[in-house]
Formats: sequence, C-alpha cells, structure tokens
Amino acid sequence: MPETLLFYLLAGLAISASALVIGQRNPMYSVLLLIASFGALAGLYIQLDAPFVAVAQIIIYAGAIMVLFLFVVMLLNAPQEDAAPWDRTHQLRQPGVLRFGTLLAALLIVQLVWALGRAFGVDAPVASRAGGNVSSVRELGRVLFTDHMFAFEATSVLILVAMLGAVVLARREDEQ
Amino acid sequence: MDLRTAIQLGVIGLTFFMLINASALLVLAERKIMGFMQQRFGPYLVGPHGLLQPLADILKLLMKEELRPKGADKWLFTLAPILSITAAFAAFSTVPWGAETTFFGLLDQPVKLGVADVNVGVLVVFAITSMGVYGIVLAGWSSNSKYSLFGGLRASAQMISYELSYATALAAVILLAGSMSLREVVDAQAGTWLGVLPRWYVFLQPVGFIIYMIAGVAETNRAPFDFPEAEQELVAGYNTEYSSVRFALFPQAEYINMATMSAVATDLYLGGWHGPFLPAEYGWIWFLAKVGFILFAYIWVRWTVPRYRYDQLMTFGWKWLFPASVLNLLVTAALVLYFNA
Repeated sequence: MPETLLFYLLAGLAISASALVIGQRNPMYSVLLLIASFGALAGLYIQLDAPFVAVAQIIIYAGAIMVLFLFVVMLLNAPQEDAAPWDRTHQLRQPGVLRFGTLLAALLIVQLVWALGRAFGVDAPVASRAGGNVSSVRELGRVLFTDHMFAFEATSVLILVAMLGAVVLARREDEQ
Repeated sequence: MDLRTAIQLGVIGLTFFMLINASALLVLAERKIMGFMQQRFGPYLVGPHGLLQPLADILKLLMKEELRPKGADKWLFTLAPILSITAAFAAFSTVPWGAETTFFGLLDQPVKLGVADVNVGVLVVFAITSMGVYGIVLAGWSSNSKYSLFGGLRASAQMISYELSYATALAAVILLAGSMSLREVVDAQAGTWLGVLPRWYVFLQPVGFIIYMIAGVAETNRAPFDFPEAEQELVAGYNTEYSSVRFALFPQAEYINMATMSAVATDLYLGGWHGPFLPAEYGWIWFLAKVGFILFAYIWVRWTVPRYRYDQLMTFGWKWLFPASVLNLLVTAALVLYFNA
C-alpha cells in the first residue's frame, strides 16, 4: 500500500511539475520545475526496480543537460520568453511559426495516443518480458550492445551529427 | 525497536554528526595550516590554541542580520543555500566508512558502517554531487547582482567541464573492481601484492587518481579553481549578497563536499578501511587517517598554488584533462579485458 501511495505521489509531482513548466513566464522557473519533474521520474524508476536508470536520469538530465539549460537562460538573462501582448510583429507571431508549432503539437498528441494505446496491452512486468533482470547493469549493457545495437549506434550517429552542426554554426562567425 | 536497528540508526546519526563537525574542524584546520604556511600562528585566542574558534565563528554568524537585496528573487534566494547543504549531506549517504562489525560480539548479525549500501553507490554519490551546483547557480541568479550572476555562470560552466573527467576517472575504477557498490570496490582492494605493497587502486590507476583529485578540487570550487567566488574579481562571487546563516551554509556545504570527495577518493583509490597493523574492527581509524591526509593535501594546494585564469581552466579541462581521462579509461578497459580473458 505505501508503494502505491508513493507511486501516485511521484506521478502527481511529475505531471504537475511538467504542466507548470509550460505555465511559467519566467524561463528560470521553467527550468527548475523541469528538474523537479526529472527527479520525480527518477523516483518512479527506482520503484520499477531500475536504480541504474534512475541514477543515469539524474546524472544526465538533471545534472548535466539542465545545468546547460540554466547556463543559457542565465547568459541571456531574459525575464520573459514570450512575445509581449502588444507586439504583433514579434518573430513568434509569424503565421509560419504558429503553423509549425501547431503541427508539432498535433504530432506529439498522435505519438502520445499511440504510445498509451500500446501500453494498455501490456500485462506482464518489463523485467520478466526482457528475460533478465533490468536492475542489473551487466544485463543492461549486454542487451544494449547486442539486441539493440542498431538503435544504439543510430542514436550515437544522430548525436554526432547534432554536435557537428553546433560546431559549424558556432564557427561561422570566425571566418567572416 | 530492537538493538540492531537502534545501532544502525546510531551509525547514521554518527555519520551526520561527523560531517557537521568535519566542516567546523576544516575551517579551523584551514586557518591553522594557512597560518603555518605564512609563518604566523593563525587563530589563537579562543580556547586553547584557538581550538574553539569555529564555535565563535558560528555564534557570530547566527547573531548577524539576515539581509536580502530588494531586487532578489524571494523564493530562490532562500532555496539556494538549502539546496547546497542538502546535496552536500545527501552525497555522503552511500559512502561506507568502515568494515562490517558486530561491535565486539554485541550483535549476532554484523552492521555495516555507513548510511546506506546501494549497488550503484558510486553513481549515486556522483549524481548527488552533480546536483549540488544548482545551489550555487541559483544563489548567483536570484541575488540580482552582477557579481553573483557571474559567479553562478562560472560555476555551471566549470562543473559541467570537470564532471566529465571526474566520471570517466570513476568509470576506470568501476571496470577494475567489476562493481558499482563502493563497499565492494573497497573490499576488492584488501590484501597486499608480494606481501608488502597494499592492493590499492592508486597503484593501478595513478593517472586516474590524479585526474580524480584535480577534477575533485574543481568540483568543490576550491583554489586554484575557485572561480565562482574569486575574491579579487567578483567581490565574493555567488554569495556576495548573502549574510548570516544563509551565508554560513555555503562554506559549510563546501567543506562537507570536500570531506565527501576525500572519503570517496579513499574508498576508490586508497583501499578504504584496509591497512596494515590494525585489526578489521578498527579499520575506520585507517579510513579517518587517509581522509585526513587527503584533506590536508586539499588545504596545502589551496595555499600553495595561485588561481588559474578562467580560459586556462576551460582549456585545461577540455583539452588536457578530459582526453587524458578517456585515454586512461580505454587503456584500463583493454588491460582488464586482456588479463581477465
């Protein structure tokens, strides 16, 4: 019973923090609420008997990526990220931008519905379906580098491309 | 509550108590050692040889008025020091500091000296220390002062840069020990080679140890890497606008982080509580001695080496320390594979 209670507590925290991220005008609060949401997710991972995933979540998302986010927010030091209500010519008010945003939102809703629809068919816990112990780092590594090799390599290539793109963009000003 | 639970709780309380005292004693040790290195006595008036100076300092800070700048963010300004100190205490939660003991036959089942034993303990320590940066960054941002903001910015960039080398150095030790539990890493270092040399990982991982120590100094914002609060450039950096207890929590968190960093270094590289001459029951004396030695080295470095320039810090972190740690990890992985096959 306490486990169920803890689950609803963590899930509620994750959902409300995520919802509040969008509601904030100040980007600093958004970043902090996102960190709180990640923390709650890590708690859920621990409940799923996957401490390694939980710790990795904290180290990578809360400890590294969000520090970079915070760094950028502080560097720009923008009190408001939205267009002011009177500013009709703001970049974010262009019709093209609005349509693209709507498209992305629609895509996200379709993905969510699809993913949740798949989740309803699952009746066995993840650990038993994977045929091993998810909490074991050894097993996780073995599965990652054998069964899911393609996905792993494709992701790393994707990250490499993004990194190269960032370097190219950052370099451009030098050459002028 | 049975005896065993009571003793387990006592051990946890003792760990907490030791950490609080460590911060007080380190302030005194820092000032005494600094005085010795600068050929003066250091604090001498309060108590015998100035031993009660930390108490006087704490009392002084408690009496001060708590100030908050008008333009500061009310919530985050209060939250920042709390985050700092919480992360500092929590980081020690998976660090073991002694062998399993029955307290001379008092208990049937041995009790582990330490707060918690988790099978991903090394990573938990790393995860919580990496959260500690938010205290400093938020303090810098919420103060609404240019010096504080720069201190916070520097802290975030510095932490990100040195965390990578730090984690890669840790990974090499995990490979050697084949476990992520700090207790198992320590127990893998028991015994000696050829009957003389203790089987400490510092002898197998000399490069990793040096990288760990350098990155550890940068992670705890100590000189020569104390850029977030570089006095000569930023007044006091991220804590410029803080006073009273809120201010006191920042240096306290820093000293506790130093103690945690030294304790983890002892567990990972210096064989933890294993050492000659003493029986296993008294292993914690070895542990304290090793931690004390590393802490002394920390203070020694601070009063010997001048502060770097900020661009030198970044260049050193990314172009020297990180490649060296990756190379160290690759060589370690290859050798472990070769000798285990």
